Amino acid sequence: MSQVVDQRETGRRAVGSRSLRLTQLTKEFATFTAVKSLDLEIPQGSFFALLGPSGCGKTTTLRMVAGLETPTSGTIHLGDTDVTYEKPYRRPVNTVFQNYALFPHLDIFENVAFGLRRRKSKEVDKQVKDMLDLVELESQARKKPAQLSGGQQQRVALARALINRPEVLLLDEPLGALDLKLRRAMQIEIKRIQTEVGLTFVHVTHDQEEAMTMADTIAVMNAGVIEQMGAPGELYENPRTTFVANFLGQSNLIAGTIVGRDTGYDGQDVVKVEMQGTIVSIPADRAHADSGAGWVGVRPEKVLIARAGEPIDAPGNHMTGGVISDVSFVGVSTQYLVRMPWGQELMAFEQNTGARELFAPGTAVDVSWRPEYAFLLDASQDAKAGIEEE
Amino acid sequence: MAAGQEKGRFTGYWLIAPAAIWLGLFFVVPFYSLLSTSLYDPEGSVLTGYKVTFHVQNFSQAIQDYWHPMVRSLWYAGLATLICLVLGYVLAYAIAFKGGRWRNLLLVLVIAPFFTSFLVRTLSWKLILADDGFIVNSLQAVHLLGQDGRLLATPVAVIAGLTYNFLPFMVLPLYASLEKIDIRLVEASSDLYASPARGFFKVTWPLSLPGVVAGTLLTFIPAAGDYINATLLGSPNQRMVGNVIQDLFTTTGDYAAAGALSVILMAVIVAMVMVWVRTSGTEDLV
Repeated sequence: MSQVVDQRETGRRAVGSRSLRLTQLTKEFATFTAVKSLDLEIPQGSFFALLGPSGCGKTTTLRMVAGLETPTSGTIHLGDTDVTYEKPYRRPVNTVFQNYALFPHLDIFENVAFGLRRRKSKEVDKQVKDMLDLVELESQARKKPAQLSGGQQQRVALARALINRPEVLLLDEPLGALDLKLRRAMQIEIKRIQTEVGLTFVHVTHDQEEAMTMADTIAVMNAGVIEQMGAPGELYENPRTTFVANFLGQSNLIAGTIVGRDTGYDGQDVVKVEMQGTIVSIPADRAHADSGAGWVGVRPEKVLIARAGEPIDAPGNHMTGGVISDVSFVGVSTQYLVRMPWGQELMAFEQNTGARELFAPGTAVDVSWRPEYAFLLDASQDAKAGIEEE
Repeated sequence: MAAGQEKGRFTGYWLIAPAAIWLGLFFVVPFYSLLSTSLYDPEGSVLTGYKVTFHVQNFSQAIQDYWHPMVRSLWYAGLATLICLVLGYVLAYAIAFKGGRWRNLLLVLVIAPFFTSFLVRTLSWKLILADDGFIVNSLQAVHLLGQDGRLLATPVAVIAGLTYNFLPFMVLPLYASLEKIDIRLVEASSDLYASPARGFFKVTWPLSLPGVVAGTLLTFIPAAGDYINATLLGSPNQRMVGNVIQDLFTTTGDYAAAGALSVILMAVIVAMVMVWVRTSGTEDLV
């Protein structure tokens, strides 16, 4: 008997090492297209985040994977199995819903046991106890969902999905209803559980910080398509579109004209850009435009400022004639707005290490950044894309 | 602040007062009078007058004489309630989950029969079920009913009438309960391996129980005491306890028996309601 169980157990694990593959997935509603020909492969065991503003199609994508929405066209594969039209209750996929959707008439124990009971699983009691242990709710087993706090309900929702050991666990904005502190704690908690159980997690969120904290891979979604996909650091440091540059953190985007390719001071290929009278160079692998007009982008924390005429402790693109127009002190850093001679205000975040001088508004400053931190984007895109949603 | 609290101390009582007075005048007093009627000396008559002699044998006598219509009443009302529940649940479910923008119109249609008098509507059922009517003719044509078979003056007609008349009382509470169910809970059940049927019995049905209980009570209680349907659509063979009480009060003038029977009917219904509410476990629902 135990041998049979063991075999099935290993069998499931072997089948389990499969990736989730979406091919040209499209969902059209009566009045708009929510998801446009999406191609995506999520490797087994990864923590994947679909990040985007509300209405970008990320939740629709998730619901199609769960089987709660039928695609207009395209396919969904788990490994080699086509599950595009499989009923939701026959898919090895479970969801942690946005507002948890806990069954109000069942206690915590029965909520968590729900999936096991439907599949006539053995040893329900033990499995549920172990799972409640994992999410630290063993003492609440006989309470009703309404008697629990938001954070506890969230963990019940997680346990209820996780206990089924799905091949893919879908998380639909699972932390949206929690306050900031609890959200931080849960982010770390969920990440810990994911590492522990090793299942594929697909996390939908509009919170870029949350996506970066938790996921190994982020796909930034906008208007039904994926703008860019990669590791959080890669997306943040080297965005390919203005939307990603603005939606993931903040960016200074300065209009410029591409002059041509060259070899930089350290022998790397660079793209030279004429920007408001200064020639700046951008590493070729960070330049996502080749000719004509472009946006030179730089993250605010990479921008260094110093009193006009004084040396700045970073060699690089140096611009003069700035005036501090706004200062906000936020504890760990000070955020400056610097009005440049061409009228644009640049953001600069300076760490409050104590070594740097605090500037008052009106101070004349020079601005600089290391060329390797800048990036170059195609100027045909809206420089404000992705800002309003924040 | 303390003075304000002092002042507000009796507000609650004042707010209760109108309802309390109303219930006192129109429930407690009549009930007391009914109770004393049930304890009249059975020898009394309109001519000789009535005396309260605490003649408790009235009750055993009433049960002995009229247990038949009593049981029939409970049976008819129970069956009508069950049919109402099935029809009403399907209807309320459809309006709540599939009604879309037609919801309000459909709800108005559910209560539309109330715009016509109860009596007129029941009388028109007489036409619908008439011996040479469309339904009887059709049933005879397909041999579901013999050539001299009829619907009027049968239990079928009475139960159909009860079902028709009390259906809206079933639909409205069911709708109120179903409409509150978060559709995401049903999605969650399907995500957790429950087929649509399992999901219905594990999630939708238990969550709609408050509506089921309210609806069955609102249907069963008036149906058990009803006498119009039995009078208009039935024959003496379908006499319900309501008909008996009406006869005893208005025709025979046997106030003691009528009173005793009324009290018994009330007690039986209260007992059944308590058992039903208990077993359905709705007091447990959040």
